[in-house]
Amino acid sequence: MTGPTASRPAGARVEIIDLGAAYGRTRVLDGIRLTVEPGGWLAVIGPNGSGKSTLLRCVLGLHGHDGLVRVDGVPTSGMPRRARARQVAYAPQSPVLPDAVSARDYVALGRTPHRALLAAPRAVDRQVVADVMERLEIAGLAERPLRTLSGGEQQRAVLARALAQQPRVLLLDEPTAALDLGHAQQVLDLVDDLRRQDGLTVLSTLHDLTLAGQYADRLALLSGGRVAAEGAPAEVLTTAALEAHYGARAQVVSGPDGPAVLPVRATG
Amino acid sequence: MTGTRDAARPGHLPAVPPTTRSKRPALVLGGAFVALVAVVLTGIGIGAFPLPPGAVVVTLLNRALDAIGVDPLPGGLGHTGEAVLLELRLPRVILAVLVGAALSVSGAAFQGVFRNPLADPYLLGAAAGAGLGATLVIAYSPATSLGPFGIVPLAAFAGALVGVGCALLLGTAAGGSQSATLLLAGIAVASFLAAGQTLVQQQNTEDLREVYGWLLGQLGRSTWADVGMVLPYLGTAVIVLLLCGRALDVLAVGDDEASSLGVHPGRVRLLVILAASLATASAVAVSGLIGFVGLVVPHIARRLIGSSYHLVLPASLLVGGAFLVLADLVARVVLAPAELPIGVVTAFIGAPFFAGLLWVGARRR
Repeated sequence: MTGPTASRPAGARVEIIDLGAAYGRTRVLDGIRLTVEPGGWLAVIGPNGSGKSTLLRCVLGLHGHDGLVRVDGVPTSGMPRRARARQVAYAPQSPVLPDAVSARDYVALGRTPHRALLAAPRAVDRQVVADVMERLEIAGLAERPLRTLSGGEQQRAVLARALAQQPRVLLLDEPTAALDLGHAQQVLDLVDDLRRQDGLTVLSTLHDLTLAGQYADRLALLSGGRVAAEGAPAEVLTTAALEAHYGARAQVVSGPDGPAVLPVRATG
Repeated sequence: MTGTRDAARPGHLPAVPPTTRSKRPALVLGGAFVALVAVVLTGIGIGAFPLPPGAVVVTLLNRALDAIGVDPLPGGLGHTGEAVLLELRLPRVILAVLVGAALSVSGAAFQGVFRNPLADPYLLGAAAGAGLGATLVIAYSPATSLGPFGIVPLAAFAGALVGVGCALLLGTAAGGSQSATLLLAGIAVASFLAAGQTLVQQQNTEDLREVYGWLLGQLGRSTWADVGMVLPYLGTAVIVLLLCGRALDVLAVGDDEASSLGVHPGRVRLLVILAASLATASAVAVSGLIGFVGLVVPHIARRLIGSSYHLVLPASLLVGGAFLVLADLVARVVLAPAELPIGVVTAFIGAPFFAGLLWVGARRR
């Protein structure tokens, strides 16, 4: 791969230090300490309502929090929004897809932090957009209205928009939530390629534990707003942990690419 | 890097070269501009005293040449024609272009800010405020002018700004810059001001006709003073709105994602609302309440040029200007020498035209 996308700086270290957050008076996150190494992939797992999405929103500065988030040692709270947007890109769980906007125009929004807000896209912006769309195999869909694309294509368009920001850190909130298994694997393979080739740092939430264990190099289990366990997938995904935090009956079997979670029916 | 995978994927389509830019937007904007010029010349030309377009252009050219000391070209209008052109038709047509453009651009901007295709420039209380202001001075003011300006436009302008100001204060106090709260605040303020306007109007029934005439919109008494009064505000506001087009495009992905792209949605929204309200207040001050334009012209523009706001805004400007000149032409020709209120005309031709557009669009899908 040549062109501007190749010359981007590699991934950054993300440190989350004593982060806490609340909705009104309800504390949803408390004393979160996590580190993602440059080029690493940390998947945040945890039962519904454990604060996974809120954690990502805090890292982005979209939700008020105490504690500190640092990207390569620089606290994000002091960064101007545009500077932060050049470091950290975000793909939400249910992205808002504007009406009748073409896939290319949508991906081009990712260039916003790199040019003046009033200015038209420059040649370099169009080149980055074309490269990213080519890479995610949606270049042929450039003229299509976003809403007419399939779920998997839309997810890739959202990913392309985030990559067009040329970020050093990618925050993905449930990137596979709306996808079937095949498309989910396709998207996760893509993210994994990007991480290996560009050294991009990935912090994602993933509700599918087996996929999380297969793709991320580290897992953090969030429960009741705290980090209950953190480490390599095999250390975090245990029958005991699933029972304690998910209230689930499951067997953890070791597969070829890491632990696989096999639900077990209640007997009797 | 994905070469092998591409080959293995039969559905993969060839890439479009990155540097090709669609020429269509430029063509549409150019076409709309030509149409606007043609409509303006038609609007100037038709009336009790016809002015041929060629002679109009020569006369205007001669005024410019005169200013730089060049001899005039032959073929201009006579003395009467020139007087009709410069004192009656030109200020009126220019005002129609300004008002139509301002209402349409504001309407498109409001639709973008609220992510709501039903938003129009009168949504936040500008119309109701202007109505109350105008009715108050028509009923109670002993003077009819203040300096060179009419008292009704001044009161309408102030009323519109007060209306939007109240809605903004109430909305931000109640819920930050969230658009739903702002909309509800706008509805509350507009209802209150409209009730006040009705009350004043009912107590002063002798002025009813004049108030109604104003409410339905009119460009019949347009003068250069009107143009001079609104141009600074209206021009500034419209330029600010046109510059905000790309910011509105970013806002279309929602506040969270816009923030993650480095934009401050609250600030953009406030700036756009202030500029659109200023443009609307200026338009309302000189033309009364002309309905329909601000709601429908942006949709016509979208059909022509797609839904990116950096294109919808300039397209709305051109289409809106042309639309109002045409509406004003119909308003003064149909019952000549009497005039229809222009607000009646915009709805009468606008609504069927828009219905047709919807119908054609639905069939094409």
